[in-house]
Amino acid sequence: MTTPATIAASGGQAIDAAPPPDCPLAVRGLTVSYGEKPAIFSVDATFPATAMSAIIGPNGAGKSTLLKASLGVIPRLSGSVTVFGTPIDRARDRIAYVPQRASVDWDFPTTVLDVVQMGLYRKVGLLGRLSGRMRARAQDCLDRVGMADFADRQIGQLSGGQQQRVFLARALAQDADLYLLDEPFAGVDAATERAIIDVLKGLKAGGKAVVAVHHDLSTVRAYFDHVFLINVRRMAEGPVSTAFTPENLNATYGGRLGATHIAEFAQAVS
Amino acid sequence: MGAEFVQFSLTPILIGTLAAIACALPGNFLILRRQALIGDAISHVVLPGIVVAFLLTGTVAAIPMLLGAAGAAVVAVILIEAVKRLGRIEPGAAMGVVFTTLFAGGVLLLEQTDTSSVHLDVEHALMGNLESLIWFRATGWESLLDPAALAALPPELGRIAIAAALVAVLTVVFWRWLKIATFDEGSAQALGIPAAALGFGLVITAAVAAVAAFDAVGSIIVIAMFICPPAAARLMTNRLERQIWWSVAFAVLSAVLGYVFAGYGPLWFGSTNAVSAAGMIAAVSGVILGLACLYGPHRARVGAGREDAA
Repeated sequence: MTTPATIAASGGQAIDAAPPPDCPLAVRGLTVSYGEKPAIFSVDATFPATAMSAIIGPNGAGKSTLLKASLGVIPRLSGSVTVFGTPIDRARDRIAYVPQRASVDWDFPTTVLDVVQMGLYRKVGLLGRLSGRMRARAQDCLDRVGMADFADRQIGQLSGGQQQRVFLARALAQDADLYLLDEPFAGVDAATERAIIDVLKGLKAGGKAVVAVHHDLSTVRAYFDHVFLINVRRMAEGPVSTAFTPENLNATYGGRLGATHIAEFAQAVS
Repeated sequence: MGAEFVQFSLTPILIGTLAAIACALPGNFLILRRQALIGDAISHVVLPGIVVAFLLTGTVAAIPMLLGAAGAAVVAVILIEAVKRLGRIEPGAAMGVVFTTLFAGGVLLLEQTDTSSVHLDVEHALMGNLESLIWFRATGWESLLDPAALAALPPELGRIAIAAALVAVLTVVFWRWLKIATFDEGSAQALGIPAAALGFGLVITAAVAAVAAFDAVGSIIVIAMFICPPAAARLMTNRLERQIWWSVAFAVLSAVLGYVFAGYGPLWFGSTNAVSAAGMIAAVSGVILGLACLYGPHRARVGAGREDAA
């Protein structure tokens, strides 16, 4: 069996210590552990500006962990994270995060519009009034994801796809420059997937950076410009055309993908 | 509703009502965070704190008792966190282990030490002594304007009023943070909101409410009011803002009806003795919760369709 270290040597390229100054998200030496074993180990990652990037890897490879530890949602053992060249804690106004849909309790007593307005809580502060303009923006963001008619619904009454759209609308309300999404297409219907990808492509067209944890290898080439392959360690990263290769997928998934699958996903590369 | 009411019933009802509100407010968030048991835990660990405070100071004065209770609550919160992290077990189990152990320790201390000379026993800890918190100096409603009579109000009233006001102010000030951190802790943290500190602050606030209420009304009301009014309120509405108001309404209703039923209910059934007001207030809150379960407009949603975190 191949050890992670040799895979990294064969799959990943050497990385410069310093990210470019305008890099939307740069992670250096990030290590996270839930118990004895590290969930991700000494990961370096550099995500490009004005692009859609996918974090891919097998189950338990640390895809979500990379995202959450970068944001400080879970504690990191070591490592640093910079956002547009500044430490992440000084750039929180520029980040919008969409957690996994299943990470929250959808029975929570609140409405769709209320959830979207939560994206504005940092701007309005603890006791500031939500201005009419902010309310209008929240409603407008719901409109952009096709959920304008659901503003007053209790969130538990929505389908999975609708819940995901509401989360995306909340991120849009933040008017950020960097969008981090954890499995945005997990368990959603085809129409929702289409709607979400249209919104994300619109963000990219507007000069924003999008980074998504993604599990469906068959759509990587259609949706994304840049990939980051992870299996506890960084396995490979780069433009889809050069990094999304059968060799890198094989190394990352460690034989868990059948040869036919790999050929199918990476066919068009060569 | 004359002088006799003001003298004997007004202050117990007020104290019971304020205690119920002080516990119900944080209870709303504890229930939504699936931490409702923490109210139970805090009200149990108060007992060893009080016994230790008595053994150290030799008095049953209010201030050492309150400090002992508060100290025990903080120790319990820290122990629960420690057991949870070191044992890597779920919070409910950690609470169960800590509060039963500390409560048992408190009972043991009480039995093994010389506390027989003072009024410090398990029944008092559970039921409190709401009926005894009367306003002797009152001569009627006009006493509310008489400084001398007001100065003789039971001190428990002032303490629980301060605690209830503190809880209410904190709930209003931290409303948005509490709401988003309770619904979606990860997003709250990503926004830069100190969700972990907020969660700790919520538990400490609950402890303050529990200790102040315990001082006046015993732990039965504390346990019931953390859970029953907020749980019933959740079944009445799908909006957190309205849920809070419902929970306050149910808390007040429980306290007032419970006190009246305890005082007069047995007489209606031909008995000569009143029953414990604290016990009756808790029972009324349980009945309200039962009715909300049966007839509340949003009962079907609770617990349904919950997806476990991946």
